[in-house]
Parts: sequence; structure tokens; C-alpha cells
Amino acid sequence: MTTLRLTPSRAPLLWLLFGAGGMLAALLGPMLVFITGIAVPLGWTLPPDLLSYPRALAFAQHWAGKAFLAAVIVLFAWHAAHRIFHSLHDLGIPTGIVTKVACYGGATLVTVVALVALVAVGF
Amino acid sequence: MTVEPRHIEIEVLRYRPGTDAEPVWQSFRVPFLDDTSVLEGLQAIKDDQDGSLSFRWSCRMAICGSCGMMIDGVPRLACHTFLREFFPGKVRVAPLDHLPIERDLVVSAEDFVRKLEGITPWLVPREARTLAQGEHLQTPRQLEQFRQYAGCINCMLCYAACPQYGLDPEFIGPGLMALIHRYNEDSRDGARAERMELINAEQGVWSCTAVGYCSVVCPKHVDPANAVNQNKVNGALDWVKQRVGLKGASK
Amino acid sequence: MIPPVEAPRGRGYRRPMAGWWRRNPYFFWYMVREVTAVGVAVYALVLLAGVVCLARGEPAWNGWLAAMRSPVSIALHLLLLAGMVCHAWSWFDIMPKTMPMLFVGGKRVEASTITRAGWVVAVVAAIALYVVARMLRP
Repeated sequence: MTTLRLTPSRAPLLWLLFGAGGMLAALLGPMLVFITGIAVPLGWTLPPDLLSYPRALAFAQHWAGKAFLAAVIVLFAWHAAHRIFHSLHDLGIPTGIVTKVACYGGATLVTVVALVALVAVGF
Repeated sequence: MTVEPRHIEIEVLRYRPGTDAEPVWQSFRVPFLDDTSVLEGLQAIKDDQDGSLSFRWSCRMAICGSCGMMIDGVPRLACHTFLREFFPGKVRVAPLDHLPIERDLVVSAEDFVRKLEGITPWLVPREARTLAQGEHLQTPRQLEQFRQYAGCINCMLCYAACPQYGLDPEFIGPGLMALIHRYNEDSRDGARAERMELINAEQGVWSCTAVGYCSVVCPKHVDPANAVNQNKVNGALDWVKQRVGLKGASK
Repeated sequence: MIPPVEAPRGRGYRRPMAGWWRRNPYFFWYMVREVTAVGVAVYALVLLAGVVCLARGEPAWNGWLAAMRSPVSIALHLLLLAGMVCHAWSWFDIMPKTMPMLFVGGKRVEASTITRAGWVVAVVAAIALYVVARMLRP
């Protein structure tokens, strides 16, 4: 009987985050980019004052708006971190502790800043 | 009335250990008819032009899994690929990617065989049965659940297709992960929890990045990509269950 | 990834992996799919910048809005839009691979059906998001 060398993986949780972020990006990504980055700034099919300070603040202060913004920013970040980490590996870049810290540390930083900012916005 | 054969150029990646420092391309011209396979082309070279050309083959009918090669950069079975497809251009034939070359088109299957032995690829009966109880019974649906994964002919085309295996040869690989899945999906089997260690290892599903090319090249439509990626869900759920202390987790 | 321990090295010539993704169109498109993650990351950072500016007050927020109106930002978001669509396309393409065999009415559900179902949900979600955005007017 041959015994294979098996290393228990820490990947499952990261993969679940990757999957959640990827699904969210697939479902909402295109329209979110269109609304926030093209339609509202140009006033195309949506009023340019849709994201005025009072409206944006009201959205971010509401629990649902907070949850939405947190989910999008955080899950997009963790999705991207996981995929970029694996892409670096695919390109032959050594995936040691430095790469891990850069990718997943980056996502952690985004998470912390997002949550702090969403609290600082008020309720 | 005989049909006059046309001629096609076959360029083969040769490698003779002790003679060649590295693999080198060598061209041959072979006659072919509409039904001449790449394998038959290689046999014609070996018979009539260069007896030293080395390659594996056996059944000539895409069931033994011996003649896997890179044909114009794509992992294919040589007996299942026809020269007419490439005419009037040339055909480039090289040994399967990601596997060490022993000689010419012969690659080392050592790693695959070692891993095959290591994944305990047999049925562990879900419940002890006496002979008097007779055979296990399965409905057609239960058979359907694992049948496609049991179709693997161990040709290793999926290993040549998988860049993650090429980058990390410790990866158990698509074909063997599909075999693990074949047993897990068999209603007669009861060792799913034990096989979770193989699935949830770095060398298991977590080396896969869902490139999906393995399923594209598989000559038996086993769909190893489905077997591996399905088990990412299973593995992740098991991982969560273990940490949350829910029932049904392995170990 | 797998810790850097040598796999058992038997005999045989090992070909280098460098440039592997350029050797086959399938691999090239795989890399394009993977690169869409950079677009997802960039957009997350754009939104993060927005939320931070929002928390800092009206002048900061208006600064973010002004930046979003710049030609550079519009051009960037057109690229990000393409990237998101590319991500969604490849996402629903690969989604069936993560699912077990599904049977409806005794027949196996094809991967293409699952992909199309994903797209239907995506289109519905996009429309819903747009409608909600329009309804956010006073």
C-alpha cells in the first residue's frame, strides 16, 4: 500500500469567500459598474444627482445599505485576492508567505477599512 | 483499383537518453489514406524508416489508454486521431506534456501509478454482507450516478492537459480525483468519510483552479473537472462541519 | 499552495513549464478569465474609496464624485464593465462543473442549461438593481 504525502489544506474557507464574491460579482458586478461608474457620472438614463451626498449618506447609514456595501466591497476583495494569488502561481511567481500576505493581507486590510468607514458614516 | 496514397509530414519530438542533451524535432514523410491514424503513421515510420522510434500502443481502438500523445499541441490518443485532419499541413507529435520523457514518445507513468496505489481505489462495502444475502442491488439511477466516472482508461491525457499538475506534480490529478469520486458516488460504497482526507488535501481538490481542459480532452467523457470541482463544495462543507462540530463530518 | 518539497524524482527528461499558457488558446482564455479578478479588485477599491470619502464628509464625497466624472474614470469603468461581463460569462460557464448530477423528470440536466439559468438570474438581478436605483429618487 502506497502512502501519499497529504497536507491538510487551509483553502476551503478562502474558496468559499472566493465563490461568494465571484457569484456576487457575476450577478451584480456589471450593473454596479454601469450605474456608479458610467450612468450616474454621465447622467445617462439615471439622474446625475442619484449619488448626491444626502442620498449616498442615507443609503450608507441604513442597515441594508451598510450590509450591501460591506458585502460587495469585502467579498469582491476576497474573491480577487484568491484568484490573483493563484494567477501569480500560474505565472510561475513563487507563492510563499510574502505573496500570501500581499494578497490575503490586502483583502484583510480592505475588510477592516471598509467596516471602519461604514461605521464612521453613522447610523 | 487501388487508391494512390498521399504523403504527409510527421514531425516527431525525439529524445534518446545518453545521446540527446534535450528533445529534438525530426521530420518524416509517410504515405496515408483517409483512414490512416497518427498511430499507423508512427508505425509506418518505425517499420520503414527508423526502427528506433519508440512509442506505446496496444488496442488501436481508444480503449487501452496506451497511445496518448501531444498531437499539434493537444493531448490526444494517436489511434483515435487521423492524418487526413492535418493534410496538407504537417503533424507535430510530441510526448504527453507535464510527464517526464523516458524516450521519444514514451513518458514515465511512475507518478500516476504510485498515486493510483495510494488512493485506495476499491469499493469499501457500506454494510457488511454475507454471501447468502446475494448481490448488491442498484437502480439504473444509482448506476448513472457514478458510471461516467468509471469510464476512465488511465490514458493520462488529462494530466497532460492540466497545467496545475504540470506546475505542482504532487497534485493527485484530474483522472485519479475522478476515480476517487467514482467510488464516493457508488451507492455500494461506504468510505466517503475516509476519502475526504484525499479530497481536502492541498494535493487534492485545492490544487485545481478549474481550468477545465482535462474534461475537454478526455476521450471517454469522464468529465474529471466536474469530479474535482464538485468535491470542492463537498470538501468545503466538510471543513465547515468539522469546525462547527456538526454531524456527518469526516474524522 | 503545496509546500515546496520535491516530488519523487525518477528518471526522465522534464520539460520546463515557462510560457505554458501561451502554447494553447484554451489556456490563454483561462488566463484572461483569471485576470478579470484584477478588475473586480480595482472596482472594490473604487467603492472603498467612495465609502471612506463618504465617512469623511461632504467635501470629500464630492471629490470622489468629481473623480468618477473624469474622462479617465469613465474610460476605466468601461474597461471594468467589460471585465465584469467577461467574469460573469466565464463564471456561469464553469459553474456547472461545481455541481453534482441533477435530474429533472428522469433526465440529466445538461451543463449548458445550468449556465443559461445562471445568466437568467444575472439578468434579473441586473434589472432589479437598475430599477431600485431609479426608485432611489425622491
